[in-house]
Amino acid sequence: MAKSVSTPGIVAGRLSPAELSENFSDLHPPFDRHEAAVAADRCYFCHDAPCVTACPTSIDIPLFIRQIATGTPEGAARTIFDQNILGGMCARVCPTETLCEEACVRETAEGKPVEIGRLQRYATDTAMARGSHPYTRAAPTGKRVAVVGAGPAGLACAHRLAMHGHDVTLYDARPKPGGLNEFGIASYKTVGGFAAAEVEWLLGIGGITPELGRRLGGDLTLEALRDGFDAVFLGVGLAGVNALRTEGEDRNGVRDAVDFIAELRQAEDLTALPVGRHVVVIGGGMTAVDAAVQARLLGAEQVSLVYRRGRDRMNASQFEQDLAASKGVRIITNAQPLQVIGNGAAREVEFARTEETAEGLRETGETFRLRADQVFKAIGQRLHGAPETLKLDGSKIAISGAGRTSVPGVWAGGDCASGGDDLTVTAVAEGRDAAEEIHAALSG
Amino acid sequence: MATLQTDFIGIRSPNPFWLASAPPTDKEYNVRRAFEAGWGGVVWKTLGLDPHVVNVNGPRYGVVYGADRRVLALNNIELITDRPLQTNLDEIKAVKRDWPDRAMIVSLMVPCEEQCWKDILAQVEETGADGIELNFGCPHGMSERGMGSAVGQVPEYIEMVTRWCKAATRMPVIVKLTPNVTDIRRPARAALAGGADAVSLINTVNSITSVDLDLMAPEPTIDGKGSHGGLCGPAVRPIALNMVAEIARDAETAGLPVSGIGGVTTWRDAAEFIALGAGNVQVCTAAMTYGFRIVEELKAGLLRYMEGKGHDRIEDFRGRAVPNVTDWQYLNLNYVTKARIDQDACIKCGRCYAACEDTSHQAIAMTEGRVFEVIDEECVACNLCVNVCPVENCITMERLPAGAVDPRTGRSVQADYANWTTHPNNPAAKAAE
Repeated sequence: MAKSVSTPGIVAGRLSPAELSENFSDLHPPFDRHEAAVAADRCYFCHDAPCVTACPTSIDIPLFIRQIATGTPEGAARTIFDQNILGGMCARVCPTETLCEEACVRETAEGKPVEIGRLQRYATDTAMARGSHPYTRAAPTGKRVAVVGAGPAGLACAHRLAMHGHDVTLYDARPKPGGLNEFGIASYKTVGGFAAAEVEWLLGIGGITPELGRRLGGDLTLEALRDGFDAVFLGVGLAGVNALRTEGEDRNGVRDAVDFIAELRQAEDLTALPVGRHVVVIGGGMTAVDAAVQARLLGAEQVSLVYRRGRDRMNASQFEQDLAASKGVRIITNAQPLQVIGNGAAREVEFARTEETAEGLRETGETFRLRADQVFKAIGQRLHGAPETLKLDGSKIAISGAGRTSVPGVWAGGDCASGGDDLTVTAVAEGRDAAEEIHAALSG
Repeated sequence: MATLQTDFIGIRSPNPFWLASAPPTDKEYNVRRAFEAGWGGVVWKTLGLDPHVVNVNGPRYGVVYGADRRVLALNNIELITDRPLQTNLDEIKAVKRDWPDRAMIVSLMVPCEEQCWKDILAQVEETGADGIELNFGCPHGMSERGMGSAVGQVPEYIEMVTRWCKAATRMPVIVKLTPNVTDIRRPARAALAGGADAVSLINTVNSITSVDLDLMAPEPTIDGKGSHGGLCGPAVRPIALNMVAEIARDAETAGLPVSGIGGVTTWRDAAEFIALGAGNVQVCTAAMTYGFRIVEELKAGLLRYMEGKGHDRIEDFRGRAVPNVTDWQYLNLNYVTKARIDQDACIKCGRCYAACEDTSHQAIAMTEGRVFEVIDEECVACNLCVNVCPVENCITMERLPAGAVDPRTGRSVQADYANWTTHPNNPAAKAAE
């Protein structure tokens, strides 16, 4: 019998191939030329524009939008790439509603900002469709830099270093480069294998040698890298996942949301991907939303996202929360898990109601249960396996300046380094800036 | 109860909206549709002598776009009617017979020979048309053959041909003027001298709308070449308004009936032409862009405006703005204003700051939190900040009361009126003796 949304357990094929294809299509379809022209015309070309200030990579947004308006999207793309070589991905995944578009004066004026993200995508897509890489390398410096982690920070760092004439070896533990761009973002935000295509395009500058399946703490050691290279950049991300520390966490059907998201991104055939009928996602950030929404899109009948604090404390933006709600995800706040109940496999999760008090979060004593044949844990990631010689700041690698660590010749950036939001765009900015500092150090 | 009915040089029409002589009035089919849609009258597309002219077989129009491909101006290289004279005459007669209450004006252009004009006027009279319009404005093609604007640029020719026409017909004569002159009053005076009943203006403005940077040729491009065309549409309206006003306030031509033409797109545009003295307006580009149905908005909007102001008839407000059009030298130099920014309305785009700081008087300060404030010591009240501000009424010009000190000049604002003619810096000022 054919599977449906109400088939019990964790099963594949709840929806037809056509439904799945529709569900996982582009969240924000690209602009065509005329749509881009109309959207671009709304930009006021502000003085000292607030959107630029709000952009972690400080892209000259009014300039690139004006370049679109005047029919030169490739010029616009150059303006973007000069600041953010992963401008194509950022155009897709940036939470623009809390960055540039929130700062847009038309948001103030009309509650309807200039669609900066989609315009950026129009420009970068147009340029990347040309196939050629827009930058050339400076004369070789003879210096060699190891970049560990081929995610947004590492890629941005490697590109900038290569541009300055240094030779880069780009290591990554996974079999494919891209980091979270490739493994950690909801499918409908970056369709059509864009992450891989973008990496290939980026590597088109030359001088970057990827070494995949090489893990720091595995066959790579910081000491060996320091010995073998003139500088080292660590952009290893947060490979560890926080545990719930809840009774029954080991029951079947309970897993990390990041694994589910990665599996979904790498899936060749969505009809073969199993999902529960009653899904509970525990957490309040982007990962939780990505997992919850995609569970619904795969055909889960009921998906609840449960967060221990109030809505205002959720890391997921208002846009993300609204997206989840619009896809039928029920968002429950002020509840934390007590136990996963079931006999072998998860059947229910019991939650305790919470409230914020002067002393912090407290359980009210009230409890409730949600049916759950699948539970996703999305309560945050943490640094995993960092070399012990590096000083930490809290749970992350301590840095000063543009990513300088406590160890000479070693820089770090992106999610693994202290400071900054854990966003793709922030990682790009940190990787880029570290590259500039490394370049200055190597040129000295 | 207000009415839009007009009587323009004895020609009555149910409303002041006529379609100008142009493609929309080229043949019976279009004109019937126009009358069905509610237009008050038409000026039939210019008739000429047989054998009729031919048009190019490539593109006739170029365009100037605003945002979202909004048509701001059209440029055309079309000639006068390219159909046999008799065909047009028969159609004019048929339409006029069926629509007796609408104004039917026939535009004419024949060589500067009296007999040519006499002959065609006799034929037009046969149709029962209400009047004629002499096309002295068309700036392309026909002008190369000594007609159109080639006549309109020589006041003596205007007067001569107008006089021939007045002598040869009982029909009222409207002279259509070209704006491609340095002083519009000269051709208007010539028309008046020749006995014209009215002038209509403006015809199109010489233009190249754009250059194809691949072909290195002007657009519209005909087999790799282009010729200048005539520009019309919203972009030329300010030029037309000024020219209408010039004629309305010229001592010689004041009172000469004017049919206003040039970018009339909305009821407001029409009202502005009328305020500057026009007795009616002619429309072309707006109809060519949006179709004939726009006349509904034109009529409803103008009527609503009139009722709001208590005007029963067009004549009640026609020319009301003319006395307020003056020369620069008579403007009150004691009228002192300062820009004021409404901080609640401000969206903090900073365009006022960029404009003032880069290109004007450094009279806007940008402070912490993107707060923009006017520096009265520097503000000359140029109005640029008002013009570039995207928020209506966010920046306004506020008058300093008499007695207040203008921080820019350190002088106290005088209550009396004083202009350049008596200003001490004016070398030509008469001594106050």
